[in-house]
Amino acid sequence: MNILCAGLNHRTAHLDVRERFAVRESEMTEMLVRLRGIEGVSGAVMLSTCNRVELYASALCPLRALDGFRFLLSQKAGLEAPLYHHANPQAIRHLFRVASGLDSMVIGETEILGQVKKAYSVAAEAGAATRPLHRLFQHAFRVAKSVRSETQITSGPTSVGSVAVELAGKIFGSLEGRRVMILGAGAVSERTARSLQSRGVRSVIVSNRTYERAAELAAEIGGMALHFDHWEKAFSDIDILISSTNAPHLILTPEKLSPLMKLRKGKPLFVIDLAVPRDADVAINSIDGVFLYDIGSLEQIASQSLDIRRKEVDRCESLIDEHVGGFLTWMRKTHWTEEPQRNF
Amino acid sequence: MEHVALLAATLCYLFSFGHTLFALGANRFRPGRFNFIAMSLGAAAQGWYLSMRGAVEHSCPIGNLSETLIFLAWSIALIYLVIGPAYRLSLMGAFTAPLVLLLQILALLLPETTPASFFRPNPWVETHAALSLVAYGAFGLACVAGLMFLVQEGQLKSRHPAPIFHHLPPISILSEAILRLLWIGLLGLTISFAAGLLAHLAVAGGKFWFSLLIWLLYAAILTGAKLGALTGRRFAIAASAAFLIALLLLPVIQHLSARASS
Repeated sequence: MNILCAGLNHRTAHLDVRERFAVRESEMTEMLVRLRGIEGVSGAVMLSTCNRVELYASALCPLRALDGFRFLLSQKAGLEAPLYHHANPQAIRHLFRVASGLDSMVIGETEILGQVKKAYSVAAEAGAATRPLHRLFQHAFRVAKSVRSETQITSGPTSVGSVAVELAGKIFGSLEGRRVMILGAGAVSERTARSLQSRGVRSVIVSNRTYERAAELAAEIGGMALHFDHWEKAFSDIDILISSTNAPHLILTPEKLSPLMKLRKGKPLFVIDLAVPRDADVAINSIDGVFLYDIGSLEQIASQSLDIRRKEVDRCESLIDEHVGGFLTWMRKTHWTEEPQRNF
Repeated sequence: MEHVALLAATLCYLFSFGHTLFALGANRFRPGRFNFIAMSLGAAAQGWYLSMRGAVEHSCPIGNLSETLIFLAWSIALIYLVIGPAYRLSLMGAFTAPLVLLLQILALLLPETTPASFFRPNPWVETHAALSLVAYGAFGLACVAGLMFLVQEGQLKSRHPAPIFHHLPPISILSEAILRLLWIGLLGLTISFAAGLLAHLAVAGGKFWFSLLIWLLYAAILTGAKLGALTGRRFAIAASAAFLIALLLLPVIQHLSARASS
């Protein structure tokens, strides 16, 4: 018995191609039944996310299983499936790397583990997961946990929105009930506000030179619109200020902010300046209680986190190698394996 | 056995501090139980030492400066063990361990002196002195939280935070912890003063005025915080600086207490 892994991902296929091969949740059970109908395939787990479509199968002949899978996918999408494939031990290593986030577009992202768990649970419920696959996936979850806890692979935020959320968390603790003001209704500020909302921010005030645009964005994100001339009046109530106006001059200066900060009775203010050219004078960062981050510094933090993650990859690979060895030992002991096929 | 207990406590705090330093240096720090266990064992060893001294002296073992420093270090460690998990203040153990270790080493370096027996006639004096040191413990931990606030605030202001930033707690939580610890300390000190009055201690002399100065200092900081005049960075600096002053005055108060009793 061999473990086969075959599929396509963000590295081998463009989104336009990937989306044609994607298997929806509603189609998954039927697909698993068809996969198990391939000669020599005893069990199958299929992972379909926005970045990958992959099959993990226990099969007597991986080559036949691969041909069958390719045929099914090509039939579904109406074009030849550009598949990569691995047999054990590479197939095992591949799953461990995927579950640990090492094969993800953003290294170390943790969403993939939930997706792998979901794929396994669907296959188990459909009765498509055989004993070696049960064992393999349970082991993969342990590997992912171990990689996360023993290395820095999930260290730090990796996007502007997530950096803003982490910084806000380091200033305010919980974001539950915090108030945000958006100055200038740009797309990046909208995304950042949504990231903050996902962490508990409830009240968002949108202020824009064009009031209609402010009202439009406020309606989209469930906030409140405010005339641009009046934004300073709401200043004492807010905790986070996201600025992304198209103004050619500085909007937030020490002269303007210092008297306003006195009204806040020591409450900290997180200023996120996403505008280019910048809306905020860097000197406001030296005002007690004001924490200013512009788009450059947010991007730099995200990039630093990615650097830390990249440096951890070797340690993760070593951990994974150990686990692959452990899993192969189990397979040998329980006679679930044969020598890898040389012509595969 | 007393020396064994002290050595064990010192080693525990040293391990706690060293482990965190190593983990942070190697960028492998993960909030875990190691610090908490090491600090717990350190506090248990100190408690063992203090109980042995208490049995010998038949009173609260703060008869000389060495014992006083160990009692203070023990108070700080104990308050950390209660406050740390409650506030989930990651890295607080790492910041507390060096302070406790410093006090412990200072106590070990001091020449051995015969403990004064100023408690025996009156248990209120004992309550007064012990509660004062517990209050000092709360002030000590407020100082630790203040230093953590300043480090974290500096990281946030720098806009290029170092890896330690991810492990430090949010400044709002630290600010809240400082405030509560200062209130606990001030309350403890106030009750301690009340116990002193019940013990008919002299409301005059250097010891009284120095103690009152510390009480007034902390009361002023808390009033400033309440009125919004002392917030954020200035509040953290005030909490840390006040403990430094209180710590410098401790030997003076200890000396004056011992002199008054002899």
